[in-house]
Amino acid sequence: MEWVVVGIVALPLAGAVTNGLVGGRLSARAVSWVGCLVVLGAFGLGILGIRDLSAASPQTALRAVLWEWIVSGDFRVAWELQLDRLAAVMVLVVTGVGFLIHVYSVGYMRGEEAISRYFTYLNLFVASMLLLVLGGNLLVLFVGWELVGLCSYLLIGFWFEREPAAAAGRKAFVTNRIGDAAFLLGLCLLFVIFQTLDFEAIRERLPQAPPGALTVAALLLFAGATGKSAQLPLYVWLPDAMEGPTPVSALIHAATMVTAGVYLVARLWPLYLASGVLPVVAAVGASTALFAATVAVGQTDLKRVLAYSTISQIGYMFLGLGAGSAVAGMFHLTAHAFFKALLFLSAGSVMHAMHDLIDMRRLGGLGRAMPFTAASFLVGALSLSGIPPFVGFFSKEHILAAARAHSLVALWGVGVLTAGITALYITRAAVLTFAGPPADPARHPHEAPPVMRWPMGVLLVLSAVGGFLGAKALGAPFDRFLAAAFEPEVKPSPESEAFGELVLGLASVGAALAGIAVGWLAYRGRRMPELGALGQALSRQWYVEDLYQAVLVRPARALARFCAQTVDLHWIDGAANGLAAMVGALGTGVRRWQTGYVRQYAALFLVGTVLAVAYWLVR
Amino acid sequence: MESVLFVVAAALSLAGGVGVVAARAPVHSALSLLVVLVSLAVLYLTLLAEFVAVLQVIVYAGAILVLFLFVIMLLHAHNPDLRPSPGPGRLHGAVAIASGGALVALVAFAVLRELGRGTAEVPVAAGFGTAPAIGRELLTTFVLPFELAGVLLLVGMVAGIVLGKAPERRVSERTEARREEVLLTRGRR
Amino acid sequence: MTVPPSAYVLLSILLFVLGGLGVLLRRTALIVFMSIELMLNSVNLAFLSFARMHGDLSGQLVVFFVLVIAAVEVVVGLAMLIALFRTHRAVDVDEMDLLRG
Repeated sequence: MEWVVVGIVALPLAGAVTNGLVGGRLSARAVSWVGCLVVLGAFGLGILGIRDLSAASPQTALRAVLWEWIVSGDFRVAWELQLDRLAAVMVLVVTGVGFLIHVYSVGYMRGEEAISRYFTYLNLFVASMLLLVLGGNLLVLFVGWELVGLCSYLLIGFWFEREPAAAAGRKAFVTNRIGDAAFLLGLCLLFVIFQTLDFEAIRERLPQAPPGALTVAALLLFAGATGKSAQLPLYVWLPDAMEGPTPVSALIHAATMVTAGVYLVARLWPLYLASGVLPVVAAVGASTALFAATVAVGQTDLKRVLAYSTISQIGYMFLGLGAGSAVAGMFHLTAHAFFKALLFLSAGSVMHAMHDLIDMRRLGGLGRAMPFTAASFLVGALSLSGIPPFVGFFSKEHILAAARAHSLVALWGVGVLTAGITALYITRAAVLTFAGPPADPARHPHEAPPVMRWPMGVLLVLSAVGGFLGAKALGAPFDRFLAAAFEPEVKPSPESEAFGELVLGLASVGAALAGIAVGWLAYRGRRMPELGALGQALSRQWYVEDLYQAVLVRPARALARFCAQTVDLHWIDGAANGLAAMVGALGTGVRRWQTGYVRQYAALFLVGTVLAVAYWLVR
Repeated sequence: MESVLFVVAAALSLAGGVGVVAARAPVHSALSLLVVLVSLAVLYLTLLAEFVAVLQVIVYAGAILVLFLFVIMLLHAHNPDLRPSPGPGRLHGAVAIASGGALVALVAFAVLRELGRGTAEVPVAAGFGTAPAIGRELLTTFVLPFELAGVLLLVGMVAGIVLGKAPERRVSERTEARREEVLLTRGRR
Repeated sequence: MTVPPSAYVLLSILLFVLGGLGVLLRRTALIVFMSIELMLNSVNLAFLSFARMHGDLSGQLVVFFVLVIAAVEVVVGLAMLIALFRTHRAVDVDEMDLLRG
């Protein structure tokens, strides 16, 4: 059944190639069909794969070796793909949510001239993400990793004629690059330790590795993950990435690419268990979650609120991983894909109706004009806040329970606090956008067309009932599916005292409800209370970007200017020109011998002859 | 007897040489060259090179020199040595004379060292330097250079004719037309 | 008393240098040519005296060929001179400085 594995990657890739090469000559309809169908096809193959894997033992994987890539002494790396339970979950998320967003794009991007370029990049992204997820060894994963970074750059800067979009694309790429450098160092270190990059082989050789080296390698790889997954300190590219088309934000910067870091840690779970780096992971995740949630409260751009929300929720995922439960992290990844994509698509619907207006200060009262969108947003918001029975409650609670189970009380507290702030900011956003009187009564927004509503509807349903996948009362099929695939050490959080568990479990719900209440009270009727200095700090992300600007960007620019003007212009060009000038001067000097006078040349003949004769005589 | 002849011929040739180099007018220079050629021919005779001596008179004095005289007659240019020279300066003259003197000194030194010891007369075969002897050598040992010399003479003849030809006055039609047009436009103004 | 060959060689070098000075110091092209002929003749003299010294006829054969070549050279050279004279109207060697760098 290896063709299934290959097909999952090959289909979107074929779509990208087709649209890329001949898409310009096809109609927009044809381009859209090609783009959407290949992803649907990949989803179908994913289902087939899951069916096979469910029947087999939890450790099995479908493998497909394409061809030998590097053969150097004992070091062999092949282009190989593997589909195991972990990868299968990711495949379904990527292709499933991806397909819905592709369909949505048909409506959202209607009238776009470069539609073939759009779908080409989108398909290419899906193919790259699948390559990352299905990579059979670290090197193939890294290729996928880099490719999704490339696609992200291409898609953020899709409307590259706009300077902010182009700048955002560059920022994303450069920031990712810093993470990727760390990733590469970690990769090299792993190779030095294990002499291989194959997952199975690494797992087998773990006991023989020096622990210090493992820690360093794990930290380096995690640093790479913070870049791709927009955690502290490399998160700065994600808010700016909202310059791209909204479906892109939904797909790449909410559901899939930014979760690649989470997938990485899960994929290398044995390594992380052995390296003792998990507390760091948890701490980074929790602090990022809190940080981003506070910043989200101060944003005026709806998409930026959602961007910071994404950063915050991914922090939760890392908290889950760091607390020792890879399953919790992955479950939240899945749930987040559902409701965050839903939220983004709703925001896109708003932009579509209000002609690309997304500043919440100028929105308002859209609930009456766009009931479907408002309902979608509401469901997404409730899920995000962690209100039962929506899926967000189950996944968030999973993580918090894992934190409690491993006695990470402080981090649990941070998680609960963040849940409250999360509810606050999303309520604020909902109120400002959909409730109260409209800011501009002259506008008459209309609801989204059906092609955009259908995907939103599917995601709405998934956000509402997806919780059953993780509900312990219903047997938690998701847990069972995945947990068995991980090391025996990882257990779902043990059932401690039932009553205490219940109370603590409701703490996050309580915090969420409190947040909703505060949000409603503070912002109802679309008031904008003055927050003074705190508000200033929030809207400027606690001045983190200003810090980066002063400490990193300005010195880098100065250095670049120095290199360009002084080093290149003065020194190097000066040296080259000086050399040329010297040669020229030498030539001019020598040219004085060329007088053109035959008599002088003859005189030189004579002198030469005299010297020759003298030499012969003396010899 | 022989030495007297040598001294006279040598002195004449030196005098003629100075005349060639120092004369004002090219004609005087040519006539001095004639003196040199004839005195040298005499010296050749003392060196038992009778064929070459005759050749010298016929070819050099009789043909080459005449050619020089013809050209002098054709050109009759003014003596440029009187005008200031744009060419190499005074240093040039000093260098020339110095190196010339050095050369003479060096060769004299070498010659006197080697040959001043007084060499015995080498007996020569009869007919040394006569026409038959030269002819025999020419057509046996030196037959290749002989043939090549013939080719060279042919080439020289052709070159002389081609180089000496007057340039064709025939102008191309295009230039002709342009000249007409220039004249016409000038006339209209 | 026979004349030692060294005398002939001395005479030869004197004539050679005379001719050389003529080439270097005179500006009239024709006179330069004639100085060159002088130099050629001096070389002929040297060859003949060496031939006499060693009893080898090859020296005289060399002179024969030098004569031929001198003739050709004069023809070609004077033809060129005439061609130049047609355009420049002067025979100053120093005016021909197109090789100036």
